Amino acid sequence: MAALLKVEGLKKYFEIRKSLFSRPIYVKAVNDVSFEIQKGSIFAVVGESGSGKSTLGRTVIKLIEPTSGKILYDGHDITQIEKKDFLEFRRRMQIVQQDPYNSLHPRKLVKDIVGEGLKIHFKMRSDEIYVRIKEILELVGMREEHMFRYPHEFSGGQRQRIAIARALVLRPEFLVLDEPTSALDVSVQARVLTLLKELREKFGLTYMFITHNLAVVDHMATHVAVMYLGKIMEMGSKEDIFERAAHPYTKALLDSIPSFGTGRRIRSIPRGEIPNPANPPSGCVFHTRCTQAVEMCKVEEPKLVEVSPGHFCRCHFCG
Amino acid sequence: MENTQVGKTEISRWKPIIEDWKHTLYLWRRTKLAMVGTFIVIGFLIMALLAPVLAPYDPVKVDLANRLKPPSRQFLFGTDQFGRDILSRVLYGARIEVWIIFLVTVISGTIGTAVGIVAGYFGGWIDEVLMRITDVFLAFPRLILAMALSAVLGRGLTNAIIAISLVEWTVIARLARAEAMRVKSQPFVEAAKAVGASDLRILLFHILPMCVSPILVQLTMRMGTIILTAAGLGFLGLGAQPPTPEWGAIVSDGRSYLINHWWISTFPGLFIALVVLGFNLLGDGIRDILDPRLRR
Amino acid sequence: MRGSLLNVENLRVVFYTYRGVIKALNGVRLWLNEEERLAVVGETGCGKSVTALSIMRLIEPPGEITTGKVEFLGQDLLSLSEEEMEKVRGKSISMIFQEPVAALNPVFKVGFQIAEAIAHSQNISIKDAYQLVPEALTMVGLDWKRTMNLYAHELSGGMAQRVMIAMALAVKPKLLIADEPTSALDVTIQAQILELLDDLVKVSKNAVIFITHDLAVASEFCDRVAVMYAGNVVEVAKSDEIFAHPLHPYTVGLIDSIPLVGQRKELKGIPGVVPDLVDPPSGCRFHPRCQRAFGRCKVELPDLIEVSENHFVACHLYAAGDRNGSVAES
Repeated sequence: MAALLKVEGLKKYFEIRKSLFSRPIYVKAVNDVSFEIQKGSIFAVVGESGSGKSTLGRTVIKLIEPTSGKILYDGHDITQIEKKDFLEFRRRMQIVQQDPYNSLHPRKLVKDIVGEGLKIHFKMRSDEIYVRIKEILELVGMREEHMFRYPHEFSGGQRQRIAIARALVLRPEFLVLDEPTSALDVSVQARVLTLLKELREKFGLTYMFITHNLAVVDHMATHVAVMYLGKIMEMGSKEDIFERAAHPYTKALLDSIPSFGTGRRIRSIPRGEIPNPANPPSGCVFHTRCTQAVEMCKVEEPKLVEVSPGHFCRCHFCG
Repeated sequence: MENTQVGKTEISRWKPIIEDWKHTLYLWRRTKLAMVGTFIVIGFLIMALLAPVLAPYDPVKVDLANRLKPPSRQFLFGTDQFGRDILSRVLYGARIEVWIIFLVTVISGTIGTAVGIVAGYFGGWIDEVLMRITDVFLAFPRLILAMALSAVLGRGLTNAIIAISLVEWTVIARLARAEAMRVKSQPFVEAAKAVGASDLRILLFHILPMCVSPILVQLTMRMGTIILTAAGLGFLGLGAQPPTPEWGAIVSDGRSYLINHWWISTFPGLFIALVVLGFNLLGDGIRDILDPRLRR
Repeated sequence: MRGSLLNVENLRVVFYTYRGVIKALNGVRLWLNEEERLAVVGETGCGKSVTALSIMRLIEPPGEITTGKVEFLGQDLLSLSEEEMEKVRGKSISMIFQEPVAALNPVFKVGFQIAEAIAHSQNISIKDAYQLVPEALTMVGLDWKRTMNLYAHELSGGMAQRVMIAMALAVKPKLLIADEPTSALDVTIQAQILELLDDLVKVSKNAVIFITHDLAVASEFCDRVAVMYAGNVVEVAKSDEIFAHPLHPYTVGLIDSIPLVGQRKELKGIPGVVPDLVDPPSGCRFHPRCQRAFGRCKVELPDLIEVSENHFVACHLYAAGDRNGSVAES
């Protein structure tokens, strides 16, 4: 398998000024992140709030301009590509957003929402566009007559299907799924996740799946990256993460998930609060909450080291 | 097969629009004050449209034999110092007011919306420059600025319209900017960007449609103010010039006769008040009807 | 079945809107013993939060409790005057919410708000109540010297929820109602809060009604689970029982929808959408989405009946004492 997306040293800093004259503070939302996504895989990015996972997802498809770093998509560095040549990459990399209630234009008919990309990218007659929209809607489990309705006439799950149709109608290869089911009820989430799996098989898609829900990751992903305060803490195949977790943060996350039928159990939960991303701790960013932290962790930042082939971990003690 | 499909499309394409209008009508009928406003405004428009038919006399013809006649069956609203019938002058005046409102709304609405959504969408230095320019206009009291502008441009109706437009667009620009800033952070704008829409396309097809309804409401509510400003300029002698029967100018004409011949100023004054009220009620009603919380 | 602390019977709540009347609760029945923890589980719009607010009598117009009984320690709360109800709220029953930062008053310091709650419940002066604030804050694992002087917006979500818990438990209630207390929090913080709540309730020995959409959280924290759908309680059973042997088709569908770590299974989901409660389906409100529905389901609303010991289900598939669901097949 070849890497479809290769990210090297990606950084995205947001500048915050309290007033015009104060010194700017930089929030390092994505702080020196490198990874590869293999063609056809589902690469999950897991993290809590402030981890920078959503920013990462938007930066790799250049919805947000990166501060620095390389993004190689299919061998092309898309950070260096000129605007007019980038349009083709726009089509090939699509996104499904978190909130299906605000991601669809409230004053537009479903056919115009789904068809907009077609008008931009393809020179098609309107009857061809009509057929394409109809096909794609049926593929995501909607019907032809839904084309002439407005978004507010649909439930959350149906809206998310429309959002998926909008992305897929452009025949992309790569999809960033930014918490696609976190606004949905579980019974609806289950059906949307199943749909996403079917679509991937049908079209050979590659997903970058951003979520805070580890159970969903276990269900969907082939590879996982765990993020904390803008950095990847651990990364590897799904089995590496769920069966051989090396980083204390990953272990803590896994231990925090409530589960069925086990009753109340003893677990090691990370203590304290998630630090403010604008003012991250020195040394290892996790040391303030880590149960295994020692003096060194406060001073020296660990590197992301390969503990076994394809399994990376950022901890002084995971070697 | 092909035909039936197209036919079906045509029907279902119009159905939601018809349904939407039906629903709008239903909401309109539920808001009583909006209905009152609508009727006042419609009455005003009919006055303007049918002025030549309705007016019993020529509005500018001097008839010194019938000078300063009080309201009677012959002259319903009385006559002024030149014997001109006030009713006819008020009716023809409505045409002038409509003309002023139309031009000012189009000019200030276009400039204001364009400046506002560009500033709000792009932000940064573009926003700074455009907003500082609007601030310059906003820094002066509205009527004073309109007076100063029309004094600089010279007396006359056209210059008054230009002056009022130059004052009014800033209000619309501020509103359009705030709306554009709100809308641009919505996920559906990001989604449009993600499918490859250009800035121009996003502005025209995504931001603008979301800004139109608050701007229209604002413009409708400003129509009352526009009449007031126009009348104010006319009253001060800066707007329409005699013998043009502009309402403000008629009020001004009658002010030296106010004590003994009240009707000259009173009737056009009442019409100014009534029409301003009508536009305000209508504006409020439109805002309520467009409120998505009332929709479905 | 009756509980020793709380009995909710045939509770009906409607909301009047321009679209029509929303029949939010359709004869809810719940019971709770002292020191017991009951989870009320369901998806968006099932009426779980409305149930909680009804018990507290916090339903405001356009909502209205039309019929029903909320019997708390033998007293029908719905028949009390507003003054008498004030005494129940914040003394015998207290509540914590999903958005703790929003639930705190933004203009007063945290310490004052806790002191006020204590003063109200114990009929002591605010000054005396202040003496008890450090203990309350320490109990929930906060640094009281620092936290007392903070305002709501200066707290993180996890800290604010701790403050809410401190406030709710400082009054030593008989019953704590927790409305999605961890849904807005990150997983590690959620785990902290649940552990804290578990420890505190073990000591204070008050009963808990835990409202949540997360079945896993419910199963870990509570003794008994009540599943709600579209304004009805459809199944009630002990936590381990309901997950091991769910009976109602909705509960089965819900459990089959939840992804679990380390379990390879196909997520089935439930077809269809949640009904519009302005015009709810006739009979059993779940029948349009139920794959095992038969004629009777469309006509008759099933009662909550005990099919095996302490396992109640409202479904025509199960006659009393029969948990195989053989009615439909015969």
